[in-house]
Amino acid sequence: MKPWTKNLTGLALGAGLALSASASQAVEIEYWQYFFEARVNAMDTLIEMFEAENPDITVKQTTFPYADYRTKVAAAIPAGEGPDVVQLFYGWLNDYVEAELITPLPVDAFPPEQIRAEFFPMVQAMEKDGQYMALPTAVRSLALFYNTRLFEEAGIDGPPETLDELVEIATALTKTDASGNITQVGLATGMNAQDHHWWREVLVRQMGGQSYTDDYQSVTYNNEAGVAALQFYADLQMTHNATLAGFMDQPQAAFKAGRAGMLIDGSFRIGALDKTRGLEWAVTELPAGPDGTRSNYSSYWVNAITTKAEGEKAEAAALFLAFITSDEAMQIWLDTVGELPAKPSAALTEQNSNDPVFGPFIRGLAYAHTTTFANESAQRQVLMDAMQRMLLEGQSAADSIAVAATEEQAILDGYYK
Amino acid sequence: MKLYRNLSIKQKQVVWAWTFLAIPVLFYTVIRFYPTFGAIVLSFQEWNLLSDKSWVGLENYQKLFADPVFWKVFKNTFIYLLLGTPISLVISFTIAYHLDKVNFLHATIRALYFLPFMTSAVAMAWLWRWFYQPVPIGLFNNILASLGISQLPFLNSTFSALPSILAPAVWAGLGFQIIIFMAGLRSIPTSYYEAAEIDGVGPFTVLREITIPLLKPTIVFLVVFSSIGFLRIFDQVFNMTTNDPGGPLNSTKPLVLMIYDTAFNAFDMGYAAAQTVVLFTVLLIVSLVQLFVMRERKHG
Repeated sequence: MKPWTKNLTGLALGAGLALSASASQAVEIEYWQYFFEARVNAMDTLIEMFEAENPDITVKQTTFPYADYRTKVAAAIPAGEGPDVVQLFYGWLNDYVEAELITPLPVDAFPPEQIRAEFFPMVQAMEKDGQYMALPTAVRSLALFYNTRLFEEAGIDGPPETLDELVEIATALTKTDASGNITQVGLATGMNAQDHHWWREVLVRQMGGQSYTDDYQSVTYNNEAGVAALQFYADLQMTHNATLAGFMDQPQAAFKAGRAGMLIDGSFRIGALDKTRGLEWAVTELPAGPDGTRSNYSSYWVNAITTKAEGEKAEAAALFLAFITSDEAMQIWLDTVGELPAKPSAALTEQNSNDPVFGPFIRGLAYAHTTTFANESAQRQVLMDAMQRMLLEGQSAADSIAVAATEEQAILDGYYK
Repeated sequence: MKLYRNLSIKQKQVVWAWTFLAIPVLFYTVIRFYPTFGAIVLSFQEWNLLSDKSWVGLENYQKLFADPVFWKVFKNTFIYLLLGTPISLVISFTIAYHLDKVNFLHATIRALYFLPFMTSAVAMAWLWRWFYQPVPIGLFNNILASLGISQLPFLNSTFSALPSILAPAVWAGLGFQIIIFMAGLRSIPTSYYEAAEIDGVGPFTVLREITIPLLKPTIVFLVVFSSIGFLRIFDQVFNMTTNDPGGPLNSTKPLVLMIYDTAFNAFDMGYAAAQTVVLFTVLLIVSLVQLFVMRERKHG
């Protein structure tokens, strides 16, 4: 056993002797995440608590604007200039692991079987060769936001429970002016926003299919289920007139402005909607499919230890990582940022799962799937184009899905070659 | 030091000349030539920023030339150029030609034309993007709807999206071109016009026989300058189509946006470098044509 892992175990058991051996020197570790005020505040709180528990360790937090973050991290870490603990989007991790820039989490402090049992199932994607590469503090899922004022106005009792009800309510909520121009949509849609996730992991499954093989390296939606899912999505606009792609530029903008009855979006939208004056909204779980199937898409940011952290720093980094993935940290993250705890033990407390806003998202986590992307923006583009071919060029769902499957498979093949 | 003292005055001048020249030479070597060379080398490699670079030979170029999106993008880039350059030059010349004859509030009008050139391209693109929105928020469509005319799709159509993006790009560049044209017009000796007047030549002939031929250096400069600008178009497209970058269905995507996407979304740096080399070659050819045209004039 390496000396530092010994120390870590010692600490975990609360043995003071091992601690004092390394406590004589102060260690500073650096933590990086992107700038989002609530996240930075939450992390400041966590760092303060961690430093109080570990007086010999100081943690320095550095943030970058979201738009630059991925490039900054990718440029700094290989150059050895980066952080000791870094927050990465789950989809990026693979590249970092392959380039050997991430130190796997020490097995004795982070036993895989325990993580498997304690975290939500989608976190298992972070396990490789019997070790966890990284862990999330929080996860995100999708839910259906609805404008309670518009519902009341139209005399609709409650949010849709099924896809059929979704279509029915969305159609009822759509308003047009005298010349037929849509001025309010029932459901705000946009493949570029969260709908491509809804389509991939929810609609296709509800139509009896699955978008990819389990390893996410082969596209499997070029079949009846895929066609049905795309047809359903396109019909919202083309047949039911219940939505309009590009209405008010972005779906969330339409919803915020009170011009959309419903919106499918992530838990990260809560904060922005909370701040919108005069908007009355509520959340419910995504509607169930024809046979009652429920599904959801979940994504998350993980914390990883870089290979830059060695010796004492690696030890401190592991301690810090264990702290920020504890139940306590997750509750603070939920209260400050609004992102959902990554462990059922922290998420499914009575208070959280009955919360009118967080509840639907948390319940969605139980049946959520996480897509493993090779290139998220390119794969998103494939579905956006599939939709545009139907809307702008009149292509059939079957033809469009066939083209999409070929395009996306080419992206996957290029990445996993 | 002794070595320097023994030099002749002529030689000392050479030493000093090179000392001063060393600054731009060094600057160009480090800031221009080294990265350019690096990009060319990178175009034969595969690199995702994280792993080590590996040699792939011509694979990036083969992939590029076999990619239908690349040809679509290449075509788009030239549509921007072939529509943008003549349209902007004709408009700016017309305005400059007439503005040159206006004395009333001349400076104010000229400043107004120059204003868009000083505005941030990003702010302008977002403003135009809002103009183009469908009802209920889009300015143009709201006007059309209030007149009872059906909406135009503008950015949401494979046919009209490119011209819709080109319009603000042309408008933004006008101010600069007008200023240059006016400087060119002012530098034509008035004696030619006086001679023409004495001979009783009509205004159209004056324009065709005196003004335009003598403006040739100005026109060549502006053609090249705006060609390079349109070949490198990015800001307007990127900001007006963030929901579907270069869309719909790649109908507005220029080469630079494809490079950006390959580099900073796909993190396929080698492939992006290969695209950059292609763009560089295109720009080089345009510049060489410029030199050729200028030289022809000097000897002719």
